[in-house]
Amino acid sequence: MSQQAPEFQLDEDSPQAIVLQLRGNWVQGQQMADFEALRAELVAAAPLKLIVDGSELGRWDSLLVAFLLKCFNHCRAEGIAFEQRKLPDSANSLLQLATAVPAHERHNESRQALLTRLNPLRMLRNLGHELAGSMAFIGDLVIALLRLIMGKSNTRLSDFRDFCFQTGPDALAIISLTSVLVGMILAYLGAVQLKMFGAEIYVADLVLIGMLREMGVLMTAVVMAGRTGAAYAAQLGTMQTNEEIDAITTMGVSPMEFLVVPRVLALLVMLPLLTIYADLLGVIGGTIVAGGMGIGWLQYFSQIEQAFSSTHFLVGLSKSFVFAVLIAVAGCRSGIQSGRGSAAVGNAATEAVVTALVYLIVADAAINIIFQQLEI
Amino acid sequence: MTAASDSAKLASSAQEAHIEVRDLTMAYGARVIQRELNFKVNRGDIFVIMGGSGCGKSTLLKHMLGLISPAQGDILYAGRSFTQADAATRDAMRQSWGVTYQSGALISSMSLGENVSLPLQLYTNYSRAEIADVVSYKLSLVGLGGYESYYPSEVSGGMLKRAALSRAIALDPEVLFFDEPSAGLDPISSRMLDELIVELKESIGSTVVMVTHELASIFDIATNSVYLDANSKTMIGYGDPKYLRDHSEQAIVRQFLTRGINATKGDSVP
Repeated sequence: MSQQAPEFQLDEDSPQAIVLQLRGNWVQGQQMADFEALRAELVAAAPLKLIVDGSELGRWDSLLVAFLLKCFNHCRAEGIAFEQRKLPDSANSLLQLATAVPAHERHNESRQALLTRLNPLRMLRNLGHELAGSMAFIGDLVIALLRLIMGKSNTRLSDFRDFCFQTGPDALAIISLTSVLVGMILAYLGAVQLKMFGAEIYVADLVLIGMLREMGVLMTAVVMAGRTGAAYAAQLGTMQTNEEIDAITTMGVSPMEFLVVPRVLALLVMLPLLTIYADLLGVIGGTIVAGGMGIGWLQYFSQIEQAFSSTHFLVGLSKSFVFAVLIAVAGCRSGIQSGRGSAAVGNAATEAVVTALVYLIVADAAINIIFQQLEI
Repeated sequence: MTAASDSAKLASSAQEAHIEVRDLTMAYGARVIQRELNFKVNRGDIFVIMGGSGCGKSTLLKHMLGLISPAQGDILYAGRSFTQADAATRDAMRQSWGVTYQSGALISSMSLGENVSLPLQLYTNYSRAEIADVVSYKLSLVGLGGYESYYPSEVSGGMLKRAALSRAIALDPEVLFFDEPSAGLDPISSRMLDELIVELKESIGSTVVMVTHELASIFDIATNSVYLDANSKTMIGYGDPKYLRDHSEQAIVRQFLTRGINATKGDSVP
């Protein structure tokens, strides 16, 4: 008896009523009875009533009740009366509990088929929504900034100061490391090519122009997107989860003015400063490589002096303002629009970084094309 | 209709309606949460929004706070429409409210004192020293005198709720909203919070709107209430909770208010 596998048998009880006789041990580790087989038999017999008989049942656990629940739901769907006979009392009461509330009908909107989600038209439309959302956010931001200028804003100076510290000085170490290394990478890259023409000294030009126009600002922005953009999204997402944003809104304060503006302004001030710092350290990184190639530091710096042009510097600097806004907008928007719960905060941070990186690359390419056309 | 007959009883006490919810339908996209809600909150009431889990109590509160726009209908404060007001008017109306959220919703990067001082900084002309005095007084009102420099993460759940209450009453609001004020509190703290709410309401003269399913709170302090039903997706009870407990025509409302064991059966959880 103890090893007996679960099984069932359908017997005709009276015309149009069928008895489902359960036998064996309905516990884990046993080969479970096949509900689909039962369903097929029930469909074929088409009774008006199903009587479940548990008089020959052995041991049982949740698997029995799960099986009975499937039977019950099938009967309810097909309009078959369901009745129990000699089921263990506890199994019967568990079944009653499980069937007391009808199963919730799932809304299928959120569970789209993979093919639907991969539909290129749909993806394009989502991209359009995303861009429109960002533009609307930037519009709200501009209004909040105008209110700040007019002195009507609820933005707090102390928040701006705190975010400046978090965004700027706290990031110096990582910016130092990345910019020295990027300077060295540029120098190595150029040195190998320029050596073939005996023009190693132009490594200085390459490093300077590369850092000032492109790499200094781009690498700083990438680091800040990962560091500050994600932090903004996580902070605001957590505030959303804790209802803090609701609390601020119901105090009659615009979250845009109170939370977003100080963060955007802090990044707008700090990213250009960090970019100048990165440019400087990149050039120093280039010096290390040049020294290794036998170019004296005096010679290197005199070449740097000749190659320096304020245009290159200003091109990089102007990009830094654009990038700062993009990173802050991506971070803050993901955070403010985050769902509630820890998973949503994680998603918001990821989304902030990915969106910011895409924005950075696209904006950088666009700015370069514009400057190229303007011959700057 | 129970709601209609109950409201007839209420209408006899001709008081001034402070808040009026008119024909409100709440929906998330195509999914309707509650429809055709009609009730009034009189000035000075302690009004309770009750109902089983998932029936839309907190969603109704969010609609009343203007955090979610209604699918249909209107909400009026002192006869003025909130739903149709422009953003500036809404912000002005909000300044006469105090809200205590379920989680407290204190700003975690600011100390308790800074949290309470925030509305004072934003909407009063008090000097820095005056604000410090008022903050310390408002925190003392809820039994948290001396906790000004503590951060929300450094105090217990009960203290957090009291600090949130202290922030909510900073400007002596006309309406005080509470979302499950006693959720997660032990019976004694919960009772103390109830008494505190009544005392503060009496001394400030606010109207109180509260979401709760704590029966003890409901019978102790509520003067009027509405019952939302998840199945029929509308209100099926409106009136004094003690009256509803004994006389409501809806069995489910009586069961809810008497802790009937079948009260939640048939109440589907969305």
